[in-house]
Amino acid sequence: MDYATLLQLLDSTLRLATPLLFACIAGLYSERSGVFDIGLEGKMLVAAMCAGAVAFLTGSAWVGLLAGIAGSMAFALIHGITSITFRGNQLIAGVALNFLASGLTVLAAQSLFGQGGRTPPLTGAARFGELTLPFADALRPVPILGPLYAEVISGHSVLVYAAFGVVALTWWVLYRTRFGLRLRAVGENPAAVDTAGISVPRLRFTAVLITGVLCGLAGAYMATALQAGFGKEMTAGRGYIALAALIFAKWRPVAAMWACLLFGFFQALALRLDVVEAVIQVKVPGAFIDALPYILTVLVLAGFVGKAIPPRAGGEPYVKER
Amino acid sequence: MDRLPRWADVALVPLISLVLAAIISALVILAIGQDPWEAITVMVEGALMSPYGWGYTLYYTTSFIFTGLAVTVAFHASLFNIGGEGQAQLGGLGVALACLFIPWPHWTIALLAATLAAAVFGAAWAAIPAYLQAKRGSHIVITTIMFNYIAASLLIFVLGDVLRPLGQMDTATANFPAAAHLPSFNEIPGLSLIFTKGVPANVTFFIALAAAWLVWALLWRTRLGYQIRAFGKSEPAARYAGINATKITMVAMLLSGALAGMMAINNVMGEAERLVGNSASGAGFIGIAVALMGRNHPLGVVLAALLFGFLFQGGAELGLWTKIPIELRTVVQGLVILFTGALDVMVRMGLARVFALFRSPRPAEAA
Repeated sequence: MDYATLLQLLDSTLRLATPLLFACIAGLYSERSGVFDIGLEGKMLVAAMCAGAVAFLTGSAWVGLLAGIAGSMAFALIHGITSITFRGNQLIAGVALNFLASGLTVLAAQSLFGQGGRTPPLTGAARFGELTLPFADALRPVPILGPLYAEVISGHSVLVYAAFGVVALTWWVLYRTRFGLRLRAVGENPAAVDTAGISVPRLRFTAVLITGVLCGLAGAYMATALQAGFGKEMTAGRGYIALAALIFAKWRPVAAMWACLLFGFFQALALRLDVVEAVIQVKVPGAFIDALPYILTVLVLAGFVGKAIPPRAGGEPYVKER
Repeated sequence: MDRLPRWADVALVPLISLVLAAIISALVILAIGQDPWEAITVMVEGALMSPYGWGYTLYYTTSFIFTGLAVTVAFHASLFNIGGEGQAQLGGLGVALACLFIPWPHWTIALLAATLAAAVFGAAWAAIPAYLQAKRGSHIVITTIMFNYIAASLLIFVLGDVLRPLGQMDTATANFPAAAHLPSFNEIPGLSLIFTKGVPANVTFFIALAAAWLVWALLWRTRLGYQIRAFGKSEPAARYAGINATKITMVAMLLSGALAGMMAINNVMGEAERLVGNSASGAGFIGIAVALMGRNHPLGVVLAALLFGFLFQGGAELGLWTKIPIELRTVVQGLVILFTGALDVMVRMGLARVFALFRSPRPAEAA
């Protein structure tokens, strides 16, 4: 494999890792607060549909992004009301929201555009364009690093850079702010947080809504940057890969970034099976590479690669003592 | 909160959840500019008003009974098996191997062998998540989700690269031999008087009913069933009573996987007569809705499976005859899961208030 091919692979790794990263960090907020969320997939899908449809109707990717966030937050709110207010089963609520999203997005897109459940292709300002970072062309002649900067690091949509910004921000929020401390505490021991006079439902609702915002970014990126428009089931299990990455990263933001990059790299490899075959001299079925993130996550869960311990109060509704 | 009377808990709560799901579905249909009344008439007409429609409704019902029972058995051990989809696909692989490579003299023997193969393959796919839950404490929900995706990849590989006959374009196995053909309702003496046109519902329907009875007998009439339910109610209490937690987790999940796998004798052996990609087509997930709607009781599961069979066949008719997309059934499925599984507390709180109205004023000595 030559250097140019490697750069191409890394370039598509960044593109493909971005939705995973947004969704993974989204899940981190919810799960760190003690609300398990297997509905990341559904929220992404709703956001993708809202973003695709509104971007097409208004011709602005930014308005589409806001619509995507709004759609995803509406679903996050239902999840919050179900699992925090009514203390329902968080996992079942997540499953239900995934099905709702899967059906409603097609129904809405079909009734709006009548094109078999997808939005018309987006063009021009309705999509996020690619940014060229400063000096990208000037530095290109520099050996090794020049092409790396010009081909891989430069030339993505603003949302790709935002995703990595979100990782840094999340690290800071989680470990350096009062809110972050409380968030981590409420996922481990809500009774202690309650004793300190802090409202558990309010903290958890905040976390769940942040999850909504970030899933909105993930879905909007899918429909208005990675691809040109919404298509039926376009998230294709990415919400679950993000969930896998979250476990793989043991619910930590920086590790989550590496996990998403790794899983994004697998997705990039699955698109370039010829490269894989040339490098390892064995024909690898694409299906195997598709399954790798899940297999690795099971290995982590099995305790073969470190131990993944979820937030202790995760999955359990908090009942205030009376 | 007052306890609800038993009849309200068993019948009224799911019924109200269903009505809420129906109302919201109607609103969704209105929102996309269609007529809910037209939708329900088309669904009833297409699914229930002809033997032909019933032939399809009961075919779907059969699959959903198996997957619903699978989720039910695991639920009683307080395990949430989302892996029915993957287990059903692996069951399909078991059926395909049994039917393709062994020349069976008669369909009854083939059915027996295929059922066994489906159950073993389904159980095997549930075994690793079960072991990880029992021994390593990894959450069964996460591992079974992962195994669904691994199963999907495995079957893409097997169908594309291993079992596909040379020269065939679509990723599927060869057709099963004629000796492995299961009688459909239109080929069973007696029933063929009613079902005159070819329908996919087949003898597997009766096996599904038998399986429902067996699950009931297992859970409420045997020592093992008692242990499963005790473990599900309270793990520490069960441990204290000398119940082996590892064993119960394993057994409940293996049974669950076997039931989900057995679905394949209906769709793979009974209908398609070859293994195609994505053979379970979501039935594994519908099992979750069926189990929740059926209140985790085999009789409830059979009734809920019938309801979802109607929804599935009716939904297909909607896609054919109206402008309402077939995906409406996914919406209804999601709503039913949401209301019966996650918002049941809300329904119960509401009902308790209504009951309190009728009960008051309460006599003082009762307190």
